Amino acid sequence: MRRFFTGIVGAVVEARAELRIHRTRVLLSLIGVAVAITALTTVVGLGAIAQQSTLESMERGGGRAATLSAYTYSATGAAIDSATLSAAVETIKERYAISYSSTNGNVTMGIQFADGVAQVNTQLVDVDFATMHRFQVTDGSWFQSGDANRMAPALIVNEAFWQRIGSPDLRTHPTVTITGTYPTTGVIIGIGSQYQGDPSPSAIMLTDAYVAVAGDGQFAQQPPSYEFWVPEEVAEPLTTAIQRDLTAAVGDGASVSVNRNDYAGYGGEDPLLPVKLIVTGVAVLILFLGALSLVNISLVTVRQRIREIGIRRSFGASAGRVFFAVMMESVVGTFAAGVIGVFLAVLIVENPTVQELIAQGAADLPPFPIEAALIGLGAATAVGALAGLLPALVAVRVKVIDAIRY
Amino acid sequence: MALLALAGVTRSVRLPDASVLEILRGVDLEVEVGDHVSVVGRSGSGKTTLLNLLGLLDSPTHGTIHFEDRLVSKLSSGARDRARGADIGFIFQQFNLLPGRTALENVMTPLLYATGRQFWKRTSIAGEMLERVGLSERMSSMPEKLSGGEQQRVAIARALVRGPRLILADEPTGALDIETGATIMKLLDDVAETSGAALITITHDANVAALARRHYRLDHGTLTPVDINRMLSLAVPEVTL
Repeated sequence: MRRFFTGIVGAVVEARAELRIHRTRVLLSLIGVAVAITALTTVVGLGAIAQQSTLESMERGGGRAATLSAYTYSATGAAIDSATLSAAVETIKERYAISYSSTNGNVTMGIQFADGVAQVNTQLVDVDFATMHRFQVTDGSWFQSGDANRMAPALIVNEAFWQRIGSPDLRTHPTVTITGTYPTTGVIIGIGSQYQGDPSPSAIMLTDAYVAVAGDGQFAQQPPSYEFWVPEEVAEPLTTAIQRDLTAAVGDGASVSVNRNDYAGYGGEDPLLPVKLIVTGVAVLILFLGALSLVNISLVTVRQRIREIGIRRSFGASAGRVFFAVMMESVVGTFAAGVIGVFLAVLIVENPTVQELIAQGAADLPPFPIEAALIGLGAATAVGALAGLLPALVAVRVKVIDAIRY
Repeated sequence: MALLALAGVTRSVRLPDASVLEILRGVDLEVEVGDHVSVVGRSGSGKTTLLNLLGLLDSPTHGTIHFEDRLVSKLSSGARDRARGADIGFIFQQFNLLPGRTALENVMTPLLYATGRQFWKRTSIAGEMLERVGLSERMSSMPEKLSGGEQQRVAIARALVRGPRLILADEPTGALDIETGATIMKLLDDVAETSGAALITITHDANVAALARRHYRLDHGTLTPVDINRMLSLAVPEVTL
């Protein structure tokens, strides 16, 4: 035990002296490692943000995992009773404890603009839709649960719509007239769209608010679709259960289709696999280059080390002790470089400008991924071990007297 | 009992063409405590191989090596390393001081592989050793700032700092002028005698070999006692290689 303890302390003393004496070489080689680790960790960190951005982009379209979509079709041409359907959906939500759901539809509403009435595509949704699809308004606010009861229904309009009415300040509660048999005033409470850059005016409205204004006649031929956000692990049995329950509710004259629409439900290859592969490939390449430079420097200096190690061996340093000291010297050095590299990577990845550039509007920016830091430190240690291994193995295997006389 | 005893030691290596080259053949040697033995031989005679075996850096192909009563030729590599560190001190022709380290740090180096007091008190022990070789004023000097003689003194202090019982000097004056070489050899002899360590000098210089009490000649792997004075008087070329 005493020998082991003094061995450890002795190896630390040796490594410290070695680092002091060869500080220029060590510093130069470690700068290379630190830069490589910074690059590696930054790529992994930014990769996580890019991945999140891609994920959110997919979730904005198909909903978060797992989103089940239910569609009903009339098999005979006869209307499907939307009230029955709605009641069945409420039962399903209650029975399976589904917290988030949305009744969706697409209709066309006449909107009175200054230059005349225009038919505007209107997306009908429920309040939960924003959570389920990561929908965010660029200005104003999303619907509240009480908005369905407003006498003047709330509207969220897209950029083109808003500009067409003169880009009013939302704090002034701008209104538009919804034309029809019973013209109604709609209040614009937010600006945003699921489809960025749509040049035509479009709007989003709560389904219940629309029914209150226009009645459910619209749904007679084209019933609304329903979305349910459920835990992924029960998505499959719930798909079957909802299909069964809705089929039972609508009767024989209609068919029901329930399926997953979110990205994770596509099946087959992971849709994020290309991103992951690219990020991993770049990271490995960077690390390989960093490791190569360090190994190169280590091999260049191995001759010098052989002589020194030969001298140490002649004074009683065992092969294991020499191996440990040389390895530790390298590993401790690269670990320190790794810590610096990870620190720099955190500064880069957490930089708001960089995040904005990579995230492309992602809402839930992930914190600096701990796995990136661990990968960085692990890679630094592995590179140090690898770079220390070669000279250590060479030095340990060499004939001591030959090494000294070299 | 002899401090070091080699009996019938043979060392051979297998060459790439599968033939066997015998480097040492049936070497018998006994070294007593406080003894001073010299081994002369020309290049290729097997001096380095003998040094490897004496310094426990290698194992014989045949034969035995005893250090006191321990059969060291059969020890494990780790045990040989520990025995070498504790009982054997090396002095090299080219001094082999570690660059970038002061004289004191060089002398401290072997103590890094010691345990107990020798390890923890290594600075003071190394300082005392440098004083013994007359370098108390040069402790902080780097090797390149020291003369050849001073460097070899540091090397001697380093070899003796753990109190070895056997000192192996490999061409200890090979890199020194005649006068400095003589001074160094006297110092080495004195320090070895004071510490009671046995000294084996391996050299090609018959004049250096003559300083020992017993003399051997290594020729084609065979070690034989030799009358060094007779060789010196005959000025046989191979002993002043």
